[in-house]
Amino acid sequence: MADATTLLAHEMAASLRAGETSSRELAAAHLARAHATDHGLHAWLTIDDERALAEADAADARLAAARAEGPAAVAALHPLHGIPVALKDLVSVKGGQCTAGSRILEGYRAPYDAHITERLHEAGAVILGKTNMDEFAMGSSCEHSAFGPTANPWDLERVPGGSSGGSAASVAAFQTPLSIGTDTGGSIRQPAALCGIVGLKPTYGRVSRFGIVAFASSLDQIGPFARDVRDASALLHAVSGRDERDSTSAPVPVPDDLVNLPASDDEAASWLRGKRFGVPKEYFVEGMDPGVAARIREAITTLEAAGATVDEVSLPHTEYGLATYYIVAPAEASANLARYDGVRFGHSVRGSEDYLSDYLATRGSGFGPEVKRRIMLGTYALSAGYYDAFYLKAQKARTLIKRDFDQLFDAGFDALVAPTSPDVAFRFGEKMADPVRMYLSDACTLPVNMAGLPGVSIPCGLADGLPVGLQLIGPAWSEATLMRASRAYEGATAGAPWRGVLPPDLVKLADPSTPTPAERVAAGR
Amino acid sequence: MATLTRADVEHVAHLARLGLTPDELARLEGQLNHILDQYAKLAELDTDDIPPTAQTIELENILRDDVARPSLDAEAVLANAPERDGDSFVVPAILGGE
Repeated sequence: MADATTLLAHEMAASLRAGETSSRELAAAHLARAHATDHGLHAWLTIDDERALAEADAADARLAAARAEGPAAVAALHPLHGIPVALKDLVSVKGGQCTAGSRILEGYRAPYDAHITERLHEAGAVILGKTNMDEFAMGSSCEHSAFGPTANPWDLERVPGGSSGGSAASVAAFQTPLSIGTDTGGSIRQPAALCGIVGLKPTYGRVSRFGIVAFASSLDQIGPFARDVRDASALLHAVSGRDERDSTSAPVPVPDDLVNLPASDDEAASWLRGKRFGVPKEYFVEGMDPGVAARIREAITTLEAAGATVDEVSLPHTEYGLATYYIVAPAEASANLARYDGVRFGHSVRGSEDYLSDYLATRGSGFGPEVKRRIMLGTYALSAGYYDAFYLKAQKARTLIKRDFDQLFDAGFDALVAPTSPDVAFRFGEKMADPVRMYLSDACTLPVNMAGLPGVSIPCGLADGLPVGLQLIGPAWSEATLMRASRAYEGATAGAPWRGVLPPDLVKLADPSTPTPAERVAAGR
Repeated sequence: MATLTRADVEHVAHLARLGLTPDELARLEGQLNHILDQYAKLAELDTDDIPPTAQTIELENILRDDVARPSLDAEAVLANAPERDGDSFVVPAILGGE
């Protein structure tokens, strides 16, 4: 068998079932690659070899038992059985660290498994470790991690996007075939776009958030990263479904179509015939990279050539998205992050003359600059005298943003097609001085969170040698259709020259003398 | 649109229970005002007859049977305590005196 780390998850699954490899071999190959290549990438905060190999052995034993039982038992195993996966470091794994990229959670060990951790274990997936992220998922570049930034495998001088930057970079660098991220305003789709992989934010309520560190509770959603659509879809299938421990988790059936996407590119592409897509004109934002706009236009031409109808449409309240989001999300964050008081867990500063001074010192020294900024914004927006002007106004604007989407889907569009990010991967430091510039990275993704809809980013080519992401947005609970459409586009572009291009800096990652991202940032100052 | 003064920033930091250095307060004063400038855009919108959206999926009254179930083991919860005394978290005195 070829180097296991070059395979897609569904290829690994086929190899496992054919008896050509074992889950232990798959885990060991990815662990070895992660250790050998992460010095220059810093995608991981924890790699847990011992736990991963034990889980892999358990998966091998389950497969052996299923074989003994018969073909039906083998067929009943989940497509992810025995397959490695990485988790963003805000997903609880019992006994493991869970920092959310923050000093304030340093040393904390999760006393229980998140719902999705349980689901992954039931599916037989093997958790390799935990990936780097912007602190409390607040950021679009991974530069706000308290433990140092992550680099982009396409260019180690550039960011992988964020906040789920480590999850995206690890998949793009072949350290794991699959990873989990969270998306509050674009934190799965934007890094997927910048790293040239697939990333999906499901409908709000599709995946239980029990055991996930909360950022903005009316927006947060968990989703998959993978190097192709079928793999991302299978991972979504494994973690979706009702869980009564998260009261926002919806009693909506998980479609089995997610694990039955066509293997044939031609068959997949033929689905596009007669389908109807809308292109929101407002998503071609001012100051957008012309290379990104060109790739999106080409993708639209591809959809049309395959028999789809693509119409220009309008989401007229898009321009209010940024302001609305940056009131609602910080307000919810300021409430969620009140729990970090240094009393029950995590970083704690004691010994002041009174309890208040202990809180101030604990929180002042435990949170990083972006988190403090958001807590301040949110506290202000919720404070006496400003609630109506800011928070209530933003919630009303949110209604208008949601109605824009509802009207288009009521009019019969199967999905909307748009850029994921206005830019390709940017350089370290480029957007750190001005928070508003950083916030604009999510201008095309955050309205989707405001409306609670599913959105996926899939690769659609390169601009100046860097990946561009195509975003597909669907009505609530339309993930099966979105993944079908994504697989169709993937099939329609299977022969495109850019499909075979690997991230050029993978070569440098193999060299242990490659500087760490933190060293690059320090040298650039 | 409102402009935040240094005193406002200090007041909000107090409400948020964030101990900030003079440098942080100065930087935040500039940055928060820059962000608030973006909020001004919302004032353009006529929202008089628009209901607010707090959540997007129309789930209501999700109830479960009121039965006791096992909760986390006390030892597991206390394992993360910065300071503990037996089965209790040690917290700073909040009522004054001893």
